[in-house]
Amino acid sequence: MALKGNLKDVGLNQLLNLIYLAHKTGALTIQSDNGQGTARLYFKEGKLIQAMMDGQTSRLTDIMVKVGKLTPDQAAAIRARSKVDTDKELGLLMIQSGTLNQNDIVQGVKNYLLESVYQLFTWRSGMFRFDPNILPPEERITVAVSLDHLIMEGSRRVQEWEQLRDELPDLDVPLKFVERPDTNLRNINLSVEQWKVISFINAKNTIRQIANFLKVDEYQIRRIVYGLHKAGLVEVLQPATPMPTTPLPPPAPPPVGRSVLLRVIDRLRKI
Amino acid sequence: MQTVKMVVTGPFSSGKTSFIGSVSEIPVVRTERKITDHTRSLKEQTTVAMDFGRITIDKDLALYLFGTPGQKRFDFMWEILSEGMLGFVVLVDSARPETFREARRILDTFRSYSNTPFVIGANKQDDEDAWPPEDLKIALGLDQDTRVLPCVATDKESVRNILLELLYIILEQAPDEPTPSRKK
Repeated sequence: MALKGNLKDVGLNQLLNLIYLAHKTGALTIQSDNGQGTARLYFKEGKLIQAMMDGQTSRLTDIMVKVGKLTPDQAAAIRARSKVDTDKELGLLMIQSGTLNQNDIVQGVKNYLLESVYQLFTWRSGMFRFDPNILPPEERITVAVSLDHLIMEGSRRVQEWEQLRDELPDLDVPLKFVERPDTNLRNINLSVEQWKVISFINAKNTIRQIANFLKVDEYQIRRIVYGLHKAGLVEVLQPATPMPTTPLPPPAPPPVGRSVLLRVIDRLRKI
Repeated sequence: MQTVKMVVTGPFSSGKTSFIGSVSEIPVVRTERKITDHTRSLKEQTTVAMDFGRITIDKDLALYLFGTPGQKRFDFMWEILSEGMLGFVVLVDSARPETFREARRILDTFRSYSNTPFVIGANKQDDEDAWPPEDLKIALGLDQDTRVLPCVATDKESVRNILLELLYIILEQAPDEPTPSRKK
C-alpha cells in the first residue's frame, strides 16, 4: 500500500522519520509544486541508498563530477573505456586508473546523496508517494546513509529556513545600501554570491527579481541577503511579531467508580 | 439514572457522525446543516453543533456519546462538550494526510482541557489510500504508548473495539479494584 500526501501537510522530516523508525524499504517520489523538480529517493531497511533528481539516474561518473572528485574530462575518459556502463565497472575503472580510491567513491556518493536530500528540505509543498519494496536500478551504485543524522541536519536547515523567513518575510521589496554602515569595511569578506547580489541592488530590483536574475532559490537568496544585512551593508524590512496564545486551564476530570466502568465494558462487549 | 459520557472528536469529515451512528441504540441526534463554504465538495451536510448517541448500560446507567463539530470555526463547542467526559476518541481520516496536522491540533487542544484518557482511531482503513495505524502514529508525532487503532467507522464491531480499548485504559487508571480480562 503506497503512502500518499503533500509535503505541506506531512513535511519531509516527518516522512524521513517515518521511514527511519519503521525501517521501511521502498521509493519515495516527490513532485515539487513550485517547479523545483522531481526527486526519487530509495531506501532499504530505513536507510537512504540512492537518489534520483528530475527523473535521471546519475551515473557514478556524473556523481563524481557533481561532488568535485572528477573533472568532466576525466569522467568522459572513464566512460569511454566502459563496456557495460554499470557503476560497478565505472568504479573499477576509476580505481584502476588511479584517479580515485574506494573511499573517495563511497564518500563522494554519500555527499551526493546528502546534498540531494538537503535541498529537498526547502521544498514547502509537493505531492509525495512512498511505494514499498521498490529498489533502484541494479546497475547503479548504492551506499547506505543513516537517516538519523540526516534528519537532524534537515531539522537544523528547516529551522534556519524558518528563521530566515522570519527575518526576511517579504521577497517583493527592494534592498538598499545602508548610508553609513557602522562596520569596518576592511574586515568584511564577501562571497562570490554576495558580490553578485550587491551588483543588482537598486531601488527598482526586488529581492525576488534578483534571485530570478541569479537563478538562486528562495533559501539561498534569503541566506545571502541576511548575511549582507548582518554585516550592516543593506537594509531590509522587519516582520511583525505574532501575539502569543494563552493555553486554557485544565478542568478536573470527573470521579467515576470502577464498578460503573465494568458495567459499561460488559454492556459494550455484548452489542 | 446515572450517565457517563465519551467524546468523539477529529477533523472535518473524519467519520465522527458515522462512528456514533454505528453503535448508538437511538437514531443519532444530529444538528446538521447544509454547508455553504468550500468544504461542500467533501460532504453535503456536516455537524455544526454536535452529534448525540446513547447506549443503555442497564436500568440505572447510560453511556452518552458526543461528537464534536469538525470545522474549526465551531471549536468553541469543544471545551463545553469535553466537560465531565470519561475519555475521548480522536478520529483521523487515514487516507487524507492533509488533515493529520489538524488532528494533532485537536488532540493537543483536548489534552489541554483535561488529563483524561484517549485513543486515536485510524479511520477509513477500508480505503486503499489509508495510512496504516503505525505509520499514522509516527506521522502524528505521537508517543509510542499512545494507542492508534485501526477503524472503519461504519462497522459496528470496529467502533465497539475502539470504545472498549478506551474503557480499558480508563479502567487501568481508576483506583482500587482489579482489572478484568480483555475478552472480546
